[in-house]
Amino acid sequence: MNDLVNEKTLVELSTLAALPFEPEKSKATLDALNEVLALVAQMQTVDISDVAPLAHPLEQYQSLRADSVTENIDSNALSHNAPLYEAGLYFVPKVIE
Amino acid sequence: MNLTFATLADLQNSLRNREISATELTQYYLARIDALDPALNSFISIHTEAALDAATRADKAFAQGDVRPLTGIPIAQKDIFCLQGHRTTAGSKMLANFIAPYTATCSQKLADAGAITLGKTNMDEFAMGSSNENSYFGAVHNPWDHDLIPGGSSGGSAAAVAAGLCAASTGTDTGGSIRQPAAMCGLTGLKPTYGRISRWGMIAFASSLDQAGPMARTAQDAAILLEHMAGHDPRDSTSLNEPVPRFSEGLGGSIKGLRIGVCQEFFTEGLDPAVERTIRDALAVYESLGATLVDVSLPHTPYSISAYYVIAPAECSANLARFDGIRYGHRCLDPENLQDLYQRSRGEGFGEEVKKRILVGTFALSAGYFDAFYHRAQKIRRLIKEDFVKAFENVDIIAGPTAPTPAFALGEKASNPVEMYLQDIFTISASLAGVPAMSIPAGLANGLPVGLQLIGNYRQEGTLLQAAHQFQQETPWHTLTPPEAL
Repeated sequence: MNDLVNEKTLVELSTLAALPFEPEKSKATLDALNEVLALVAQMQTVDISDVAPLAHPLEQYQSLRADSVTENIDSNALSHNAPLYEAGLYFVPKVIE
Repeated sequence: MNLTFATLADLQNSLRNREISATELTQYYLARIDALDPALNSFISIHTEAALDAATRADKAFAQGDVRPLTGIPIAQKDIFCLQGHRTTAGSKMLANFIAPYTATCSQKLADAGAITLGKTNMDEFAMGSSNENSYFGAVHNPWDHDLIPGGSSGGSAAAVAAGLCAASTGTDTGGSIRQPAAMCGLTGLKPTYGRISRWGMIAFASSLDQAGPMARTAQDAAILLEHMAGHDPRDSTSLNEPVPRFSEGLGGSIKGLRIGVCQEFFTEGLDPAVERTIRDALAVYESLGATLVDVSLPHTPYSISAYYVIAPAECSANLARFDGIRYGHRCLDPENLQDLYQRSRGEGFGEEVKKRILVGTFALSAGYFDAFYHRAQKIRRLIKEDFVKAFENVDIIAGPTAPTPAFALGEKASNPVEMYLQDIFTISASLAGVPAMSIPAGLANGLPVGLQLIGNYRQEGTLLQAAHQFQQETPWHTLTPPEAL
């Protein structure tokens, strides 16, 4: 089976996954991905005509609830885990010049 | 009583009879962790102060007669469960300094039942692995032989119990992560029916597969833990809204007439002959107990690995998108812009296996490949489920090996990821179908523990636990302990 992922696809996938594309690791990453995809390709031989996809093992669906606040977590407790947080704000690099 | 390898049930009696105090017991395990864990690396965090405080409260409760089912029982929790105010890392650099702002539902239930948490156990990063070699905090060593892996991803939880560092532990199982390490460390581990235990506060890997469960010395201990971990949780819309049976009360009945399916697809080429002999011997024990062995087929089992390595990475790529370096988790230094912040924080914070699975999942969900991969895998998942539904028309449980080999050497499969993935060949199908499954010690192969996997129909954890308990009344395998842990 031909490799499904080449370097161009890897660059696109890395962007989509918000992961860095590292040229020096490109070959190793491509080999690893294509090895997994070759393993996965075994399922292409299964006859799946007229089979519905299974999204939940017990065929249950997400229950709906009222769109109302049920609990609050102290924002101060959450801020302790933020790498850069000040005056109730999460800091990110400048996005608007 | 030998405290080191005492069962949870024995410890309950000793505590209630005031033969030992919760403080003495907690100090005993903390001392063992201090002495033995440097060689095992089974814990990421040890909660000495919190555990001793909880033990003091437990002793007061005993003095006042306010005793709950697990009062004073020291356990360990996989470091994937959030415990408020404690570091919760999921074995990742990404969360190396994350302090959980709330407690996972099942951990809270155990605390409410009186259990004491000694600490958080090591694991493959974000539960992705079968050998516990993918942890940012280093590999875990198998107490039976320190040069071997303990299994994964709940390898720390398994090693800690097997080495007598705690009475029992919690684990999670996405494709075999409770059962396979239980098998390799000589323990009893149970993955319940999908939804039986709330996933709220359990760091997500693949949400349609992840299930928490107990890891213990005996089926009785697993039953006791399960009944205090399970139950509906409005915070997890996938949790089963059904009453929780008293699993520990239904263990004593005879299994005469139990129909045990022997699945031909579980006895394949890659199965170690010594493991196969051990499993066949275990099946003969069941026959001697009056059970009937019935040949069954789960014909789509060979495709379970393929379907799993599409579905699990797809869900992981979505779940792990939350780690952005902004709200919590690792953040890179001096980002040039927002995209650079995301990419470098994630590139530095995640290990290689996690990044690989995110990329595989991103590929499987991308336009042009969605139908051929993700959609097809979900259809195969239905075929796998239907295999079980059909099999359970004729049998009560299905039995076979948990893993194809006993524990292997650290580093042995590091360069061959596909061989590592095949470790889960016998466990993944039950995960995809969402049926309950457990591993119990079945004997030794080359001096190492072998796990017998028992798979049940939906919601039939009770039948599994009863079958496991009856086996353990007839065999000594669950009482064997690692020579190096003494």
